[in-house]
Amino acid sequence: MERMRQDRAAHGGAAIRAHGVHKHYGSIAALDGFDLEVATGTIHGLLGPNGAGKSTAVGALTTLLDIDSGTAEVAGADVRTQGAQVRRRIGLVGQQPAVDEILGAHENLVMFGMLHGAGRREAHRRADELLELFGLADAAQRAVSTFSGGMRRRLDIAAGMIAEPQVLFLDEPTTGLDPRGRLDVWAAVTAIAARGTTVLLTTQYLEEADLLAGTISIMRSGRVIAEGSPRELKGRRGGDRVEVTVPVGDSASHVAATLTAPDGQAPTTDEEAGLVTVPAPHGAPDLIDVVRRLDAAGITPDDLALRRPTLDEVFLALTEEETR
Amino acid sequence: MTVLREGLIIAERDLRHWRRQPWTPVMNLAFTIMLLLMFAVILGGSIQLPGGGEYISYLLPGMLAVTMLFGLEATMTAMATDAKKGVTDRFRSLPISSPAVALGRVGADMTTALVELAVLFGGGLAIGWRITGSASAAVLAVLLLLWLRLAMLWVGIFLGLTLGRTEGATMAVQALVWPAGFLSTAFVSPEFMPGWLGWISTLNPLSATATAIRGLFGNPTGMTTGWLAEHALLAAVTWPAVLLVVFVPLSARAYRRLRR
Repeated sequence: MERMRQDRAAHGGAAIRAHGVHKHYGSIAALDGFDLEVATGTIHGLLGPNGAGKSTAVGALTTLLDIDSGTAEVAGADVRTQGAQVRRRIGLVGQQPAVDEILGAHENLVMFGMLHGAGRREAHRRADELLELFGLADAAQRAVSTFSGGMRRRLDIAAGMIAEPQVLFLDEPTTGLDPRGRLDVWAAVTAIAARGTTVLLTTQYLEEADLLAGTISIMRSGRVIAEGSPRELKGRRGGDRVEVTVPVGDSASHVAATLTAPDGQAPTTDEEAGLVTVPAPHGAPDLIDVVRRLDAAGITPDDLALRRPTLDEVFLALTEEETR
Repeated sequence: MTVLREGLIIAERDLRHWRRQPWTPVMNLAFTIMLLLMFAVILGGSIQLPGGGEYISYLLPGMLAVTMLFGLEATMTAMATDAKKGVTDRFRSLPISSPAVALGRVGADMTTALVELAVLFGGGLAIGWRITGSASAAVLAVLLLLWLRLAMLWVGIFLGLTLGRTEGATMAVQALVWPAGFLSTAFVSPEFMPGWLGWISTLNPLSATATAIRGLFGNPTGMTTGWLAEHALLAAVTWPAVLLVVFVPLSARAYRRLRR
Protein backbone atom coordinates (compact mmCIF):
# COMPACT_ATOMS: atom_id res chain seq x y z
CA MET A 1 0.00 0.00 0.00
CA GLU A 2 2.99 2.23 0.55
CA ARG A 3 3.77 1.76 -3.11
CA MET A 4 0.38 3.23 -3.99
CA ARG A 5 1.00 6.45 -2.15
CA GLN A 6 4.22 6.90 -4.06
CA ASP A 7 2.45 6.31 -7.35
CA ARG A 8 0.12 9.15 -6.53
CA ALA A 9 2.89 11.68 -6.45
CA ALA A 10 4.36 10.42 -9.71
CA HIS A 11 1.89 12.17 -12.00
CA GLY A 12 -0.29 15.23 -11.98
CA GLY A 13 -3.11 16.70 -14.05
CA ALA A 14 -6.06 14.61 -15.13
CA ALA A 15 -6.95 11.47 -13.20
CA ILE A 16 -8.97 10.11 -16.11
CA ARG A 17 -8.36 10.91 -19.74
CA ALA A 18 -10.27 9.06 -22.46
CA HIS A 19 -10.28 9.92 -26.10
CA GLY A 20 -12.30 8.48 -28.98
CA VAL A 21 -13.05 5.22 -27.18
CA HIS A 22 -15.11 2.71 -29.14
CA LYS A 23 -16.56 -0.54 -27.85
CA HIS A 24 -18.85 -2.66 -29.99
CA TYR A 25 -21.01 -5.63 -29.17
CA GLY A 26 -21.72 -7.09 -32.57
CA SER A 27 -23.28 -4.27 -34.52
CA ILE A 28 -24.21 -2.28 -31.42
CA ALA A 29 -21.82 0.49 -30.41
CA ALA A 30 -21.87 0.63 -26.61
CA LEU A 31 -19.18 3.31 -26.70
CA ASP A 32 -19.07 5.39 -29.85
CA GLY A 33 -16.32 7.96 -29.64
CA PHE A 34 -16.38 8.38 -25.86
CA ASP A 35 -14.29 11.31 -24.57
CA LEU A 36 -13.77 12.20 -20.94
CA GLU A 37 -11.37 14.20 -18.84
CA VAL A 38 -11.61 14.28 -15.06
CA ALA A 39 -9.32 16.49 -12.98
CA THR A 40 -7.47 14.91 -10.06
CA GLY A 41 -9.22 15.26 -6.72
CA THR A 42 -12.67 16.06 -8.08
CA ILE A 43 -16.01 14.24 -8.14
CA HIS A 44 -17.23 13.86 -11.70
CA GLY A 45 -20.75 12.69 -12.53
CA LEU A 46 -21.44 10.55 -15.58
CA LEU A 47 -25.11 11.01 -16.22
CA GLY A 48 -27.41 9.32 -18.66
CA PRO A 49 -30.42 7.05 -19.08
CA ASN A 50 -30.26 3.26 -19.13
CA GLY A 51 -28.33 2.01 -22.13
CA ALA A 52 -26.40 5.25 -22.63
CA GLY A 53 -23.12 3.40 -22.09
CA LYS A 54 -22.25 4.50 -18.55
CA SER A 55 -21.43 1.03 -17.26
CA THR A 56 -19.53 0.13 -20.41
CA ALA A 57 -17.47 3.29 -19.93
CA VAL A 58 -16.71 2.26 -16.34
CA GLY A 59 -15.83 -1.25 -17.54
CA ALA A 60 -13.44 0.14 -20.15
CA LEU A 61 -11.76 2.53 -17.72
CA THR A 62 -11.34 -0.13 -15.02
CA THR A 63 -9.85 -2.66 -17.50
CA LEU A 64 -12.77 -5.06 -17.04
CA LEU A 65 -13.57 -4.63 -20.74
CA ASP A 66 -11.22 -4.41 -23.69
CA ILE A 67 -11.75 -1.38 -25.91
CA ASP A 68 -11.88 -1.65 -29.69
CA SER A 69 -10.18 1.66 -30.43
CA GLY A 70 -9.27 4.98 -28.84
CA THR A 71 -7.06 5.75 -25.86
CA ALA A 72 -7.76 5.87 -22.16
CA GLU A 73 -5.53 6.65 -19.23
CA VAL A 74 -6.46 6.26 -15.59
CA ALA A 75 -4.22 7.57 -12.81
CA GLY A 76 -1.43 7.96 -15.32
CA ALA A 77 -1.57 4.38 -16.64
CA ASP A 78 -2.83 3.23 -20.03
CA VAL A 79 -5.82 0.89 -19.70
CA ARG A 80 -4.73 -1.15 -22.71
CA THR A 81 -1.03 -1.63 -22.05
CA GLN A 82 -0.72 -1.06 -18.29
CA GLY A 83 -3.79 -2.82 -16.95
CA ALA A 84 -2.02 -4.08 -13.83
CA GLN A 85 -0.93 -0.56 -12.86
CA VAL A 86 -4.44 0.75 -13.45
CA ARG A 87 -5.91 -1.94 -11.19
CA ARG A 88 -3.39 -1.11 -8.49
CA ARG A 89 -4.46 2.54 -8.48
CA ILE A 90 -8.24 2.27 -8.72
CA GLY A 91 -11.17 1.07 -6.69
CA LEU A 92 -14.34 -0.20 -8.34
CA VAL A 93 -17.79 -0.26 -6.85
CA GLY A 94 -20.04 -1.93 -9.40
CA GLN A 95 -23.79 -1.69 -9.83
CA GLN A 96 -24.54 -4.46 -7.39
CA PRO A 97 -22.86 -4.88 -4.02
CA ALA A 98 -20.02 -7.26 -4.86
CA VAL A 99 -19.16 -8.41 -1.40
CA ASP A 100 -19.33 -11.92 0.00
CA GLU A 101 -22.73 -12.22 1.67
CA ILE A 102 -21.90 -15.14 3.89
CA LEU A 103 -18.83 -13.52 5.39
CA GLY A 104 -18.87 -10.66 7.88
CA ALA A 105 -18.09 -7.07 6.95
CA HIS A 106 -14.67 -7.17 8.58
CA GLU A 107 -13.78 -10.52 6.98
CA ASN A 108 -14.66 -9.14 3.55
CA LEU A 109 -12.46 -6.10 3.92
CA VAL A 110 -9.53 -8.13 5.27
CA MET A 111 -9.77 -10.45 2.25
CA PHE A 112 -9.83 -7.60 -0.26
CA GLY A 113 -7.03 -5.79 1.58
CA MET A 114 -4.84 -8.88 1.47
CA LEU A 115 -5.59 -9.38 -2.21
CA HIS A 116 -4.30 -5.85 -2.68
CA GLY A 117 -1.01 -7.01 -1.21
CA ALA A 118 -1.39 -5.92 2.41
CA GLY A 119 -0.21 -8.22 5.19
CA ARG A 120 -2.84 -9.71 7.51
CA ARG A 121 -2.17 -7.26 10.31
CA GLU A 122 -2.16 -4.25 7.98
CA ALA A 123 -5.38 -5.49 6.35
CA HIS A 124 -7.06 -5.81 9.76
CA ARG A 125 -6.04 -2.29 10.72
CA ARG A 126 -7.29 -0.88 7.42
CA ALA A 127 -10.59 -2.78 7.72
CA ASP A 128 -11.20 -1.31 11.18
CA GLU A 129 -10.43 2.16 9.91
CA LEU A 130 -12.81 1.94 6.94
CA LEU A 131 -15.65 0.39 8.94
CA GLU A 132 -15.31 3.31 11.32
CA LEU A 133 -15.21 5.84 8.48
CA PHE A 134 -18.36 4.46 6.87
CA GLY A 135 -20.29 3.99 10.11
CA LEU A 136 -20.24 0.20 10.06
CA ALA A 137 -18.06 -0.44 13.10
CA ASP A 138 -20.98 -1.83 15.13
CA ALA A 139 -21.84 -4.36 12.42
CA ALA A 140 -18.24 -5.40 11.73
CA GLN A 141 -18.69 -9.08 12.67
CA ARG A 142 -22.23 -9.58 11.37
CA ALA A 143 -22.82 -11.59 8.19
CA VAL A 144 -23.38 -9.25 5.25
CA SER A 145 -26.61 -11.09 4.38
CA THR A 146 -28.21 -9.40 7.43
CA PHE A 147 -27.27 -5.90 6.20
CA SER A 148 -29.72 -3.35 4.82
CA GLY A 149 -29.26 -2.16 1.26
CA GLY A 150 -27.58 1.02 2.40
CA MET A 151 -25.18 -0.82 4.70
CA ARG A 152 -24.22 -3.25 1.95
CA ARG A 153 -23.54 -0.37 -0.37
CA ARG A 154 -21.34 1.36 2.16
CA LEU A 155 -19.43 -1.86 2.78
CA ASP A 156 -19.05 -2.21 -0.97
CA ILE A 157 -17.66 1.32 -1.16
CA ALA A 158 -15.33 0.56 1.75
CA ALA A 159 -14.08 -2.47 -0.19
CA GLY A 160 -13.44 -0.19 -3.15
CA MET A 161 -11.46 2.13 -0.88
CA ILE A 162 -9.41 -0.63 0.72
CA ALA A 163 -6.15 0.26 -1.00
CA GLU A 164 -6.51 4.05 -0.85
CA PRO A 165 -7.10 4.23 -4.61
CA GLN A 166 -6.30 7.37 -6.53
CA VAL A 167 -9.49 7.00 -8.53
CA LEU A 168 -12.69 5.44 -7.25
CA PHE A 169 -15.37 4.33 -9.74
CA LEU A 170 -18.91 4.27 -8.40
CA ASP A 171 -21.40 2.76 -10.81
CA GLU A 172 -24.93 3.87 -9.85
CA PRO A 173 -24.25 3.61 -6.13
CA THR A 174 -27.74 4.55 -4.98
CA THR A 175 -29.91 2.70 -7.48
CA GLY A 176 -32.46 0.66 -5.55
CA LEU A 177 -31.74 2.20 -2.16
CA ASP A 178 -34.32 3.68 0.18
CA PRO A 179 -33.98 7.38 1.08
CA ARG A 180 -32.08 6.62 4.28
CA GLY A 181 -29.61 4.39 2.44
CA ARG A 182 -29.19 7.03 -0.22
CA LEU A 183 -28.29 9.69 2.32
CA ASP A 184 -25.77 7.35 3.94
CA VAL A 185 -24.11 6.64 0.61
CA TRP A 186 -23.96 10.32 -0.21
CA ALA A 187 -22.22 10.96 3.11
CA ALA A 188 -19.76 8.17 2.31
CA VAL A 189 -18.93 9.66 -1.09
CA THR A 190 -18.39 13.06 0.46
CA ALA A 191 -16.06 11.52 3.04
CA ILE A 192 -14.05 9.88 0.26
CA ALA A 193 -13.69 13.09 -1.71
CA ALA A 194 -12.51 14.85 1.43
CA ARG A 195 -9.54 12.46 1.46
CA GLY A 196 -8.49 13.67 -1.98
CA THR A 197 -9.61 10.64 -3.97
CA THR A 198 -10.87 11.35 -7.47
CA VAL A 199 -14.38 9.93 -7.89
CA LEU A 200 -16.17 9.02 -11.10
CA LEU A 201 -19.82 8.54 -10.28
CA THR A 202 -22.39 7.26 -12.75
CA THR A 203 -26.01 7.94 -12.02
CA GLN A 204 -29.42 8.36 -13.58
CA TYR A 205 -30.38 11.02 -11.10
CA LEU A 206 -29.55 14.64 -11.78
CA GLU A 207 -30.29 15.42 -8.15
CA GLU A 208 -27.52 13.06 -7.08
CA ALA A 209 -24.97 14.39 -9.54
CA ASP A 210 -25.99 17.93 -8.64
CA LEU A 211 -25.41 17.32 -4.96
CA LEU A 212 -22.13 15.42 -5.19
CA ALA A 213 -20.36 16.25 -8.41
CA GLY A 214 -18.46 19.38 -9.31
CA THR A 215 -18.62 18.57 -13.00
CA ILE A 216 -20.96 16.41 -15.01
CA SER A 217 -20.84 14.68 -18.39
CA ILE A 218 -24.12 13.70 -19.96
CA MET A 219 -24.04 10.56 -22.09
CA ARG A 220 -26.26 9.37 -24.87
CA SER A 221 -25.71 6.49 -27.29
CA GLY A 222 -22.17 5.83 -26.12
CA ARG A 223 -20.94 9.40 -26.33
CA VAL A 224 -20.69 12.43 -24.09
CA ILE A 225 -23.11 15.00 -25.48
CA ALA A 226 -22.69 17.75 -22.91
CA GLU A 227 -20.32 18.66 -20.14
CA GLY A 228 -20.13 21.29 -17.44
CA SER A 229 -21.07 22.15 -13.88
CA PRO A 230 -24.58 21.14 -12.77
CA ARG A 231 -25.67 24.79 -12.88
CA GLU A 232 -24.40 25.29 -16.42
CA LEU A 233 -26.12 22.18 -17.68
CA LYS A 234 -29.45 22.99 -16.11
CA GLY A 235 -29.24 26.47 -17.55
CA ARG A 236 -28.81 25.00 -21.03
CA ARG A 237 -32.53 24.97 -21.46
CA GLY A 238 -34.88 23.59 -18.93
CA GLY A 239 -33.77 26.00 -16.15
CA ASP A 240 -35.62 26.56 -12.85
CA ARG A 241 -39.17 27.73 -13.16
CA VAL A 242 -42.19 28.62 -11.07
CA GLU A 243 -45.35 26.65 -11.67
CA VAL A 244 -48.62 28.32 -10.73
CA THR A 245 -51.79 26.26 -10.54
CA VAL A 246 -54.64 28.55 -11.53
CA PRO A 247 -57.51 28.72 -8.96
CA VAL A 248 -60.83 27.24 -10.00
CA GLY A 249 -62.90 29.76 -11.92
CA ASP A 250 -59.91 31.72 -13.19
CA SER A 251 -58.16 31.32 -16.56
CA ALA A 252 -54.51 30.62 -17.21
CA SER A 253 -54.19 33.50 -19.64
CA HIS A 254 -55.54 35.94 -17.04
CA VAL A 255 -53.02 34.76 -14.45
CA ALA A 256 -50.23 34.77 -17.04
CA ALA A 257 -50.98 38.36 -17.92
CA THR A 258 -49.93 39.45 -14.42
CA LEU A 259 -46.73 37.43 -14.57
CA THR A 260 -43.97 38.44 -16.92
CA ALA A 261 -40.63 36.82 -16.29
CA PRO A 262 -37.83 39.07 -14.99
CA ASP A 263 -35.91 38.61 -18.24
CA GLY A 264 -38.96 39.56 -20.25
CA GLN A 265 -39.79 36.00 -21.33
CA ALA A 266 -43.49 35.40 -21.46
CA PRO A 267 -44.88 32.71 -19.17
CA THR A 268 -46.24 29.62 -20.88
CA THR A 269 -49.81 28.67 -20.25
CA ASP A 270 -51.66 25.38 -20.29
CA GLU A 271 -55.34 26.21 -20.19
CA GLU A 272 -56.51 22.61 -19.90
CA ALA A 273 -54.31 21.78 -16.92
CA GLY A 274 -54.82 25.26 -15.46
CA LEU A 275 -51.08 25.75 -15.24
CA VAL A 276 -48.88 28.82 -15.77
CA THR A 277 -45.12 28.31 -15.96
CA VAL A 278 -42.77 31.22 -15.37
CA PRO A 279 -39.03 30.90 -16.07
CA ALA A 280 -37.06 31.49 -12.86
CA PRO A 281 -33.37 31.66 -13.74
CA HIS A 282 -32.51 33.10 -10.30
CA GLY A 283 -34.48 30.53 -8.33
CA ALA A 284 -35.93 31.66 -5.03
CA PRO A 285 -35.86 35.46 -5.69
CA ASP A 286 -37.94 34.87 -8.81
CA LEU A 287 -40.41 32.82 -6.79
CA ILE A 288 -40.77 35.69 -4.32
CA ASP A 289 -41.34 38.03 -7.23
CA VAL A 290 -44.14 35.82 -8.56
CA VAL A 291 -45.74 35.69 -5.11
CA ARG A 292 -45.69 39.50 -4.87
CA ARG A 293 -47.31 39.96 -8.27
CA LEU A 294 -50.00 37.38 -7.63
CA ASP A 295 -50.71 38.97 -4.27
CA ALA A 296 -50.92 42.44 -5.82
CA ALA A 297 -53.38 41.14 -8.41
CA GLY A 298 -55.44 39.47 -5.68
CA ILE A 299 -54.91 35.97 -7.08
CA THR A 300 -54.57 33.05 -4.67
CA PRO A 301 -53.25 30.06 -6.64
CA ASP A 302 -54.25 26.48 -5.77
CA ASP A 303 -50.59 25.55 -5.76
CA LEU A 304 -47.29 27.30 -6.24
CA ALA A 305 -43.90 25.66 -6.60
CA LEU A 306 -40.35 26.32 -7.68
CA ARG A 307 -39.51 23.43 -9.98
CA ARG A 308 -36.00 22.36 -10.90
CA PRO A 309 -35.37 20.60 -14.18
CA THR A 310 -35.20 16.84 -14.00
CA LEU A 311 -32.59 14.83 -15.84
CA ASP A 312 -35.27 13.88 -18.33
CA GLU A 313 -35.92 17.52 -19.16
CA VAL A 314 -32.26 18.50 -19.40
CA PHE A 315 -31.60 15.40 -21.39
CA LEU A 316 -34.49 15.99 -23.76
CA ALA A 317 -33.46 19.61 -24.18
CA LEU A 318 -29.89 18.58 -24.98
CA THR A 319 -30.83 15.92 -27.48
CA GLU A 320 -33.20 18.37 -29.12
CA GLU A 321 -30.34 20.84 -29.43
CA GLU A 322 -28.22 18.11 -30.97
CA THR A 323 -30.68 17.16 -33.67
CA ARG A 324 -31.17 20.77 -34.69
CA MET B 1 4.59 -17.26 -5.53
CA THR B 2 2.26 -14.28 -5.55
CA VAL B 3 -0.35 -16.28 -7.40
CA LEU B 4 -0.22 -18.99 -4.71
CA ARG B 5 -0.63 -16.44 -1.95
CA GLU B 6 -3.60 -14.89 -3.74
CA GLY B 7 -5.12 -18.31 -4.43
CA LEU B 8 -4.83 -19.19 -0.74
CA ILE B 9 -6.53 -15.95 0.32
CA ILE B 10 -9.43 -16.72 -2.02
CA ALA B 11 -9.59 -20.35 -0.89
CA GLU B 12 -9.62 -19.25 2.74
CA ARG B 13 -12.83 -17.42 2.00
CA ASP B 14 -14.64 -20.72 1.31
CA LEU B 15 -13.31 -22.29 4.46
CA ARG B 16 -14.66 -19.28 6.34
CA HIS B 17 -18.03 -19.95 4.75
CA TRP B 18 -18.08 -23.34 6.49
CA ARG B 19 -17.67 -21.64 9.82
CA ARG B 20 -20.42 -19.11 9.09
CA GLN B 21 -22.85 -21.62 7.58
CA PRO B 22 -21.82 -25.07 8.78
CA TRP B 23 -25.18 -26.60 7.79
CA THR B 24 -24.41 -26.27 4.06
CA PRO B 25 -21.48 -28.73 4.01
CA VAL B 26 -23.23 -30.86 6.62
CA MET B 27 -26.33 -31.13 4.41
CA ASN B 28 -24.16 -32.07 1.44
CA LEU B 29 -22.48 -34.80 3.43
CA ALA B 30 -25.83 -36.00 4.78
CA PHE B 31 -27.07 -36.30 1.20
CA THR B 32 -24.06 -38.38 0.19
CA ILE B 33 -24.51 -40.65 3.19
CA MET B 34 -28.21 -41.00 2.40
CA LEU B 35 -27.42 -42.02 -1.17
CA LEU B 36 -24.94 -44.55 0.13
CA LEU B 37 -27.48 -46.07 2.53
CA MET B 38 -30.20 -46.13 -0.15
CA PHE B 39 -28.06 -48.23 -2.40
CA ALA B 40 -26.40 -50.33 0.24
CA VAL B 41 -29.45 -51.17 2.32
CA ILE B 42 -32.54 -50.75 0.12
CA LEU B 43 -31.34 -51.66 -3.36
CA GLY B 44 -28.20 -53.58 -2.48
CA GLY B 45 -29.97 -56.85 -1.65
CA SER B 46 -31.28 -57.28 -5.19
CA ILE B 47 -28.18 -56.22 -7.11
CA GLN B 48 -25.98 -59.07 -8.35
CA LEU B 49 -22.36 -58.95 -9.43
CA PRO B 50 -20.91 -60.95 -12.28
CA GLY B 51 -18.01 -62.92 -10.86
CA GLY B 52 -19.49 -62.70 -7.34
CA GLY B 53 -18.56 -60.61 -4.34
CA GLU B 54 -20.34 -58.47 -1.75
CA TYR B 55 -22.36 -55.58 -3.23
CA ILE B 56 -21.26 -53.21 -0.48
CA SER B 57 -17.64 -53.69 -1.51
CA TYR B 58 -18.59 -52.96 -5.11
CA LEU B 59 -20.78 -49.99 -4.21
CA LEU B 60 -18.45 -48.03 -1.97
CA PRO B 61 -15.66 -47.32 -4.47
CA GLY B 62 -18.42 -46.36 -6.92
CA MET B 63 -19.90 -43.94 -4.39
CA LEU B 64 -16.47 -42.38 -3.84
CA ALA B 65 -16.07 -41.80 -7.57
CA VAL B 66 -19.63 -40.48 -8.00
CA THR B 67 -19.02 -37.99 -5.20
CA MET B 68 -16.02 -36.67 -7.13
CA LEU B 69 -18.23 -36.29 -10.23
CA PHE B 70 -20.99 -34.51 -8.30
CA GLY B 71 -18.38 -32.04 -7.08
CA LEU B 72 -18.62 -30.53 -10.55
CA GLU B 73 -21.98 -29.06 -9.54
CA ALA B 74 -20.58 -27.43 -6.43
CA THR B 75 -17.68 -25.88 -8.35
CA MET B 76 -19.91 -24.61 -11.13
CA THR B 77 -22.48 -23.20 -8.71
CA ALA B 78 -19.82 -21.36 -6.71
CA MET B 79 -18.34 -19.82 -9.86
CA ALA B 80 -21.80 -18.90 -11.17
CA THR B 81 -22.84 -17.30 -7.89
CA ASP B 82 -19.71 -15.13 -7.84
CA ALA B 83 -20.32 -14.08 -11.45
CA LYS B 84 -23.94 -13.20 -10.74
CA LYS B 85 -23.20 -11.28 -7.54
CA GLY B 86 -20.45 -9.24 -9.19
CA VAL B 87 -17.77 -10.78 -6.95
CA THR B 88 -15.92 -12.06 -10.03
CA ASP B 89 -15.81 -8.54 -11.45
CA ARG B 90 -14.51 -7.21 -8.17
CA PHE B 91 -11.72 -9.80 -8.21
CA ARG B 92 -10.99 -8.81 -11.80
CA SER B 93 -10.67 -5.15 -10.80
CA LEU B 94 -8.01 -6.07 -8.22
CA PRO B 95 -4.28 -6.14 -8.96
CA ILE B 96 -4.09 -9.95 -8.72
CA SER B 97 -2.82 -12.46 -11.28
CA SER B 98 -5.51 -13.96 -13.50
CA PRO B 99 -5.15 -17.62 -12.40
CA ALA B 100 -5.57 -16.67 -8.71
CA VAL B 101 -9.38 -16.80 -8.78
CA ALA B 102 -9.42 -20.28 -10.31
CA LEU B 103 -6.63 -21.48 -8.02
CA GLY B 104 -8.63 -20.30 -5.02
CA ARG B 105 -11.54 -22.40 -6.26
CA VAL B 106 -9.24 -25.41 -6.70
CA GLY B 107 -7.86 -25.05 -3.18
CA ALA B 108 -11.27 -24.74 -1.57
CA ASP B 109 -12.93 -27.55 -3.55
CA MET B 110 -10.06 -30.01 -3.16
CA THR B 111 -10.22 -29.45 0.59
CA THR B 112 -13.94 -30.16 0.49
CA ALA B 113 -13.30 -33.30 -1.54
CA LEU B 114 -10.88 -34.60 1.09
CA VAL B 115 -13.48 -34.10 3.81
CA GLU B 116 -16.13 -35.85 1.70
CA LEU B 117 -13.85 -38.80 1.06
CA ALA B 118 -13.01 -39.09 4.76
CA VAL B 119 -16.70 -39.14 5.71
CA LEU B 120 -17.53 -41.75 3.07
CA PHE B 121 -14.60 -43.91 4.16
CA GLY B 122 -15.87 -43.79 7.74
CA GLY B 123 -19.48 -44.43 6.72
CA GLY B 124 -18.49 -47.25 4.38
CA LEU B 125 -16.33 -49.02 6.91
CA ALA B 126 -19.16 -48.71 9.43
CA ILE B 127 -21.62 -50.58 7.19
CA GLY B 128 -19.31 -53.41 6.26
CA TRP B 129 -17.02 -52.21 3.49
CA ARG B 130 -13.57 -53.77 3.73
CA ILE B 131 -10.31 -52.78 2.08
CA THR B 132 -8.31 -55.93 1.35
CA GLY B 133 -5.61 -54.38 -0.83
CA SER B 134 -2.30 -52.96 0.42
CA ALA B 135 -1.98 -49.58 2.12
CA SER B 136 0.05 -48.11 -0.73
CA ALA B 137 -2.58 -49.27 -3.23
CA ALA B 138 -5.24 -47.59 -1.11
CA VAL B 139 -3.27 -44.34 -1.12
CA LEU B 140 -2.97 -44.56 -4.89
CA ALA B 141 -6.75 -45.08 -5.07
CA VAL B 142 -7.33 -41.89 -3.09
CA LEU B 143 -4.96 -40.01 -5.39
CA LEU B 144 -6.88 -41.27 -8.42
CA LEU B 145 -10.13 -40.04 -6.85
CA LEU B 146 -8.63 -36.59 -6.26
CA TRP B 147 -7.28 -36.64 -9.80
CA LEU B 148 -10.82 -37.19 -11.08
CA ARG B 149 -12.11 -34.42 -8.80
CA LEU B 150 -9.47 -32.02 -10.16
CA ALA B 151 -10.64 -32.72 -13.71
CA MET B 152 -14.29 -32.19 -12.69
CA LEU B 153 -13.21 -28.99 -10.94
CA TRP B 154 -11.91 -27.48 -14.15
CA VAL B 155 -14.98 -28.60 -16.09
CA GLY B 156 -17.00 -26.85 -13.39
CA ILE B 157 -14.88 -23.70 -13.57
CA PHE B 158 -15.33 -23.57 -17.32
CA LEU B 159 -19.10 -24.11 -17.14
CA GLY B 160 -19.44 -21.59 -14.31
CA LEU B 161 -17.53 -18.96 -16.26
CA THR B 162 -19.42 -19.49 -19.50
CA LEU B 163 -22.93 -20.30 -18.28
CA GLY B 164 -22.79 -18.60 -14.92
CA ARG B 165 -24.90 -15.61 -15.82
CA THR B 166 -27.45 -17.59 -17.81
CA GLU B 167 -30.43 -18.44 -15.65
CA GLY B 168 -31.40 -22.09 -16.10
CA ALA B 169 -28.18 -23.21 -17.75
CA THR B 170 -26.67 -24.23 -14.44
CA MET B 171 -29.83 -26.14 -13.56
CA ALA B 172 -29.61 -28.01 -16.84
CA VAL B 173 -26.05 -29.05 -16.04
CA GLN B 174 -27.09 -30.11 -12.55
CA ALA B 175 -29.78 -32.30 -14.09
CA LEU B 176 -27.31 -33.85 -16.55
CA VAL B 177 -24.85 -34.80 -13.83
CA TRP B 178 -27.30 -37.46 -12.64
CA PRO B 179 -27.56 -39.53 -15.80
CA ALA B 180 -23.79 -39.08 -16.17
CA GLY B 181 -23.42 -40.60 -12.72
CA PHE B 182 -25.73 -43.56 -13.40
CA LEU B 183 -24.57 -44.29 -16.94
CA SER B 184 -21.39 -45.74 -15.52
CA THR B 185 -20.14 -48.71 -13.57
CA ALA B 186 -20.50 -46.78 -10.31
CA PHE B 187 -23.67 -48.49 -9.04
CA VAL B 188 -24.28 -51.53 -11.23
CA SER B 189 -22.13 -53.75 -13.41
CA PRO B 190 -22.22 -52.90 -17.12
CA GLU B 191 -22.54 -56.60 -17.85
CA PHE B 192 -26.12 -56.52 -16.55
CA MET B 193 -27.06 -53.51 -18.73
CA PRO B 194 -28.39 -53.77 -22.32
CA GLY B 195 -25.32 -54.45 -24.50
CA TRP B 196 -24.76 -51.02 -26.08
CA LEU B 197 -25.60 -49.16 -22.88
CA GLY B 198 -23.11 -51.26 -20.95
CA TRP B 199 -20.49 -50.45 -23.57
CA ILE B 200 -21.20 -46.70 -23.32
CA SER B 201 -20.99 -46.98 -19.53
CA THR B 202 -17.47 -48.31 -19.71
CA LEU B 203 -16.43 -45.21 -21.70
CA ASN B 204 -17.47 -42.93 -18.84
CA PRO B 205 -14.41 -41.39 -17.06
CA LEU B 206 -16.26 -42.15 -13.85
CA SER B 207 -16.21 -45.88 -14.71
CA ALA B 208 -12.47 -45.76 -15.29
CA THR B 209 -11.80 -44.37 -11.82
CA ALA B 210 -14.40 -46.59 -10.11
CA THR B 211 -13.05 -49.75 -11.73
CA ALA B 212 -9.42 -48.86 -11.06
CA ILE B 213 -9.93 -48.11 -7.37
CA ARG B 214 -12.00 -51.28 -6.91
CA GLY B 215 -8.95 -53.16 -8.03
CA LEU B 216 -6.67 -51.16 -5.76
CA PHE B 217 -8.91 -51.61 -2.71
CA GLY B 218 -9.16 -55.34 -3.44
CA ASN B 219 -12.91 -55.04 -4.06
CA PRO B 220 -14.90 -56.85 -6.78
CA THR B 221 -14.77 -54.97 -10.12
CA GLY B 222 -18.01 -56.46 -11.43
CA MET B 223 -16.35 -56.96 -14.78
CA THR B 224 -15.18 -60.23 -16.19
CA THR B 225 -14.16 -59.15 -19.68
CA GLY B 226 -13.52 -56.04 -21.78
CA TRP B 227 -10.87 -53.40 -22.32
CA LEU B 228 -11.70 -51.49 -19.16
CA ALA B 229 -11.49 -54.60 -17.01
CA GLU B 230 -7.87 -55.01 -18.05
CA HIS B 231 -6.71 -51.39 -18.38
CA ALA B 232 -8.67 -49.63 -15.68
CA LEU B 233 -5.62 -48.03 -14.08
CA LEU B 234 -4.41 -46.55 -17.36
CA ALA B 235 -7.91 -45.24 -18.12
CA ALA B 236 -8.23 -43.71 -14.63
CA VAL B 237 -5.00 -41.79 -15.13
CA THR B 238 -5.66 -40.81 -18.76
CA TRP B 239 -9.29 -39.72 -18.68
CA PRO B 240 -8.86 -36.89 -16.14
CA ALA B 241 -5.61 -35.89 -17.88
CA VAL B 242 -7.47 -35.50 -21.18
CA LEU B 243 -10.22 -33.49 -19.50
CA LEU B 244 -7.63 -31.23 -17.87
CA VAL B 245 -5.77 -30.68 -21.14
CA VAL B 246 -9.05 -29.58 -22.69
CA PHE B 247 -10.69 -27.63 -19.88
CA VAL B 248 -7.80 -25.75 -18.26
CA PRO B 249 -7.04 -23.78 -21.47
CA LEU B 250 -10.77 -23.40 -22.16
CA SER B 251 -11.26 -21.95 -18.69
CA ALA B 252 -8.34 -19.55 -19.13
CA ARG B 253 -9.85 -18.45 -22.43
CA ALA B 254 -13.30 -18.02 -20.88
CA TYR B 255 -11.79 -15.88 -18.12
CA ARG B 256 -10.02 -13.66 -20.65
CA ARG B 257 -13.21 -13.47 -22.68
CA LEU B 258 -15.03 -11.81 -19.80
CA ARG B 259 -13.29 -8.69 -21.09
CA ARG B 260 -15.13 -8.82 -24.40
